[in-house]
Amino acid sequence: MLSKRIIPCLDVREGKTTKGIKFQNNIDIGDPVEMARFYYEAGADEIVFYDITASHEKRDIMIEVVRRVAETIFIPFSVGGGIRTVEDMRAVLLAGAEKISVNSAAVKNPEIISQGAKAFGSQCVVLGMDVKKVEKSEKIPSGYEMVINGGRTYMGIDALQWAIRAQELGAGEICLNSIDADGTQEGYELTLTALISQHVDIPVIASGGAGKPEHLADVLTKGKADAALIASMTHYGTYTVREIKSYLDAQGIKVRQNW
Amino acid sequence: MIAIIDYDAGNLTSVARAVSHIGFKCLVTNNIREIADAERVIFPGVGAAGSAMESLKRLGLDVAITDAFNAGKPMLGICLGTQIIMGYSEEDRGTPCLGVISGKTRAFLTNMKSPDGSSLKIPHIGWNSVNVRTSHPVLSGIRETDEFYFVHSFYPAPADSAHVFGETDYGINFASVVGFRNIIATQFHPEKSGRPGLSLLKNFCEWKPC
Repeated sequence: MLSKRIIPCLDVREGKTTKGIKFQNNIDIGDPVEMARFYYEAGADEIVFYDITASHEKRDIMIEVVRRVAETIFIPFSVGGGIRTVEDMRAVLLAGAEKISVNSAAVKNPEIISQGAKAFGSQCVVLGMDVKKVEKSEKIPSGYEMVINGGRTYMGIDALQWAIRAQELGAGEICLNSIDADGTQEGYELTLTALISQHVDIPVIASGGAGKPEHLADVLTKGKADAALIASMTHYGTYTVREIKSYLDAQGIKVRQNW
Repeated sequence: MIAIIDYDAGNLTSVARAVSHIGFKCLVTNNIREIADAERVIFPGVGAAGSAMESLKRLGLDVAITDAFNAGKPMLGICLGTQIIMGYSEEDRGTPCLGVISGKTRAFLTNMKSPDGSSLKIPHIGWNSVNVRTSHPVLSGIRETDEFYFVHSFYPAPADSAHVFGETDYGINFASVVGFRNIIATQFHPEKSGRPGLSLLKNFCEWKPC
């Protein structure tokens, strides 16, 4: 039986992680390659890098990070942030990432999904979705709307309709981030996650709101998610990946326990 | 030297990096001479069977692969490579393949259910275990609890069950490791499966088929 995946997310700016892991000796590690190694050895099932480098000129730094990560860890990893064209995708994939994720670029230009899927296969293309809860309306029948710019810009696109369309265009997975839950550490948005997951055939990675192992158990059962993204709860040493997995196993949720 | 066959089917550098990491020399190549000269051959790939077969034929690699097999070189198929060594694939409205192992590559049915009644997603993406059905030097050391990384919508179905070495449960029990004489082939990606995957690759690099 397939295991549910636990996926740490690392934000990288100009080649440095923005939140260092505090190891037990309290030394901050800001090198994304070392953090990737740490999580690889700690039992992460996959790693997501999100490049928040603002300047386009400095994006080559991330390509070099990807190359070094690919030489260091032997589990899948994806890279998102700032990917706008098939050439951007190619550079990241050739440097050694398994998958690329597109978010706001896909909302603005949905064809990027089909172009990427055609060039590299659907398994390489993850659709990142930033979503906010709104009043249900004719335009937003699900009551969940697509947003960009960290939630500041509403796109007038229904999240559920967008997820279904992205699947048709060739997205291989969806990474679903609730802007309302993001950063709260009070749990994932279960209603949203279940809604999207039950209406698409491709796997859904839940994101936003993880604070304790119970939250992952909820989103992987009630939320029908196939995988869960985590950040602060392990970056700062509050929990280890093993502790989270042991908890999930005790709840009867299948996770990979040998690595 | 280990030849990793390059036929425009995805990013093959990850296989090369994993092989180098465990201390073996390899070469990503589409050169027929280099494949013929190699001590062993890895046939990886992601993508679709139809375009992959087209590329192989265009590059003359279909013949190079069967020649390498007939010469008795140790060979490892991975993912799409594993599907293409079967006789025929259901992908792309039916694609005749290499036929190194007789049987078909089948599509997962879209209406499969998990034990809790929810629909199983296609593709099968993520970590799953492999039940070793027949022991094999390349599979030695694999534990029941070891898991491997899968990404696929099709799976190999050998005509002769003696060619099935490992099985995985995803709605059905499918063949996740197949083999015949000097070829062994996995549906999962050993190069992306952490320690157990690297250990399988090392076993392959040291395998001496009799």
